[in-house]
Amino acid sequence: MVERTPILDALTYAFLMLGICIVGFPIFYTVVAATLPLEEVAKVPMPLVPGDQFWVNVNTAWETGNLGQQLMNSFIMASGITIGKIVVSMLGAFSIVYFDYRFRKVAFAAVFCTLMLPVEVRILPTYEIAANIFGPLQWFIDTLHLNSLIQWWAGNDFEIALEWSLLDSYTGLILPLVASATCTFLFRQFFLTVPEELCEAAKLDGASAMMFFRKILLPLSLTNIAALVVIEFVYGWNQYLWPLLITTNPDMTTAVIGLQHLIPQADDIPYWNVAMAGSLLVMMPPILVVLMMQRWFVKGLVEREK
Amino acid sequence: MIKRSHFTSRTLAYLLITPQILVTLTFFYWPAIQGLLQSVMISDPFGRRSQFVWFYNFINIFTDPLYLKSIGITLGFSLATAITSIAFGLFLASLANRALRAKALIRTMLIWPYAVAPAISGILWLFLLHPSFGVLAYFLTDRLGIDWNPMLSGTDALIMVVMASAWKEVSYNFVFFMAGLQAVPHSLIEAAAMDGAGPFRRFWTITFPLLSPTFFFLMVMNIIYAFFETFGVIHTVTQGGPGGATNTLVYKVYQDGFIGLNLGSSAAQSVVLMILIVTITVLQFRFVERKVHYTV
Repeated sequence: MVERTPILDALTYAFLMLGICIVGFPIFYTVVAATLPLEEVAKVPMPLVPGDQFWVNVNTAWETGNLGQQLMNSFIMASGITIGKIVVSMLGAFSIVYFDYRFRKVAFAAVFCTLMLPVEVRILPTYEIAANIFGPLQWFIDTLHLNSLIQWWAGNDFEIALEWSLLDSYTGLILPLVASATCTFLFRQFFLTVPEELCEAAKLDGASAMMFFRKILLPLSLTNIAALVVIEFVYGWNQYLWPLLITTNPDMTTAVIGLQHLIPQADDIPYWNVAMAGSLLVMMPPILVVLMMQRWFVKGLVEREK
Repeated sequence: MIKRSHFTSRTLAYLLITPQILVTLTFFYWPAIQGLLQSVMISDPFGRRSQFVWFYNFINIFTDPLYLKSIGITLGFSLATAITSIAFGLFLASLANRALRAKALIRTMLIWPYAVAPAISGILWLFLLHPSFGVLAYFLTDRLGIDWNPMLSGTDALIMVVMASAWKEVSYNFVFFMAGLQAVPHSLIEAAAMDGAGPFRRFWTITFPLLSPTFFFLMVMNIIYAFFETFGVIHTVTQGGPGGATNTLVYKVYQDGFIGLNLGSSAAQSVVLMILIVTITVLQFRFVERKVHYTV
């Protein structure tokens, strides 16, 4: 501080405490509700002292909401997206920065253009492609009349119908969200700051491109990777629209979607304690990841958007 | 840009970029082109026959009072969400920046809501503001005498989704404002103090102008967040109701296309959103990043 301002300092801490309380209140309230029996949680206003029914409520939520399977699905989806995104974009950035070829600029521009096109603005066509990922190929075959060509060549009745549906599958949950211009862009920016001498030295020592990538670039990128792991895991875990669209089987859906069935509707018995226990369970994993990897999280968040 | 020292293997280069290009083509470009095509067609709900109709779908949505109402709702909702969360984030960050002790603890206590899914944030706030069970709703109606019922009143429902959406964005804004505040040169603050400027004066005349790039960046990011990512909040809390009062543009695309199976109209709405987001992005890269300068 520049000067002594005892009153203002006291006010600062007072308002900070107040702010933290306001930000934390929904969570505190959720925790309390999750520990109360039904007759307590239905009281208006609900008591703000925790009860002892936490495990009972968690158990009920686990069983009625099929949370075990869905948490597993969420975990697979979030890790799949995280790993997929990092691998795909790192290799892509490596290719764009460290190789010279004709379509390098085109490839970068093509990826860069998708920087801000979230899945939300192309819901239906993306769903259609997930329903049959060979749709574009089939279209080519149909428009080029390859069928009749092949029939003529093979000499018998023969039709190509390609179909591979990604609906209700892990591939479908993960693959469409793996393409990420932001990660590629981040790795590109980072690779550009890596000193030229490292690559020159590696080449002098006779290292191949992949050897350079594995032994030098990968270790140098570890902090960036850690930061992205936090952000992309949270992103993947919290996906809503996409899993909602492509999963109809309750055993394939994610926990965030499944939670919806635990919310009491207007005429139900108000099992808010169970709903809140379920919510707590589902939001814990990403919160833990953020808190445990706080340093990388802050770095990743701020650098990703540059 | 390319490195001065680089590798020459063409095959390997193509091989490395292939996954990225394949995924981008399949899940970005192909659907985007399909969307564009569908937006100038009318097809029956089963997708068997379609007819080219020029801009019929676009004329249709822009003369539809429900769509125009949805535009208004989305703008109001996004601005309210962005302003609430930015104001609160800036307030907390400038306080936390003044705090000398327990900085790490304060930061920890303020960043975790970022990890809460929008849909879950919706559930938490629905419970807090639920007209029959919510503690905040009880406080509003029984103590303050406000007529509060988000199940019936459109304004109340809108306030509820704004609260649920803004709450988790406060952390995001907090992190960025903290980073921005730490980048403010300490010498400037000290010089101003020597000239007799008090803490508030210093904040408004030095810190705040220096934060302007962060501020505009966050404005853009928060509006994009409010436009697109709050789908989960709307879907769990109000489902667009009551009476379409919280039916934002993205939720309407989902409802018309996926539930109502009106492909042409939904595609046209998607195209409008795409144009909008591309415009925002270009504007951000073109102007905001350059025009807002460190003018002290």
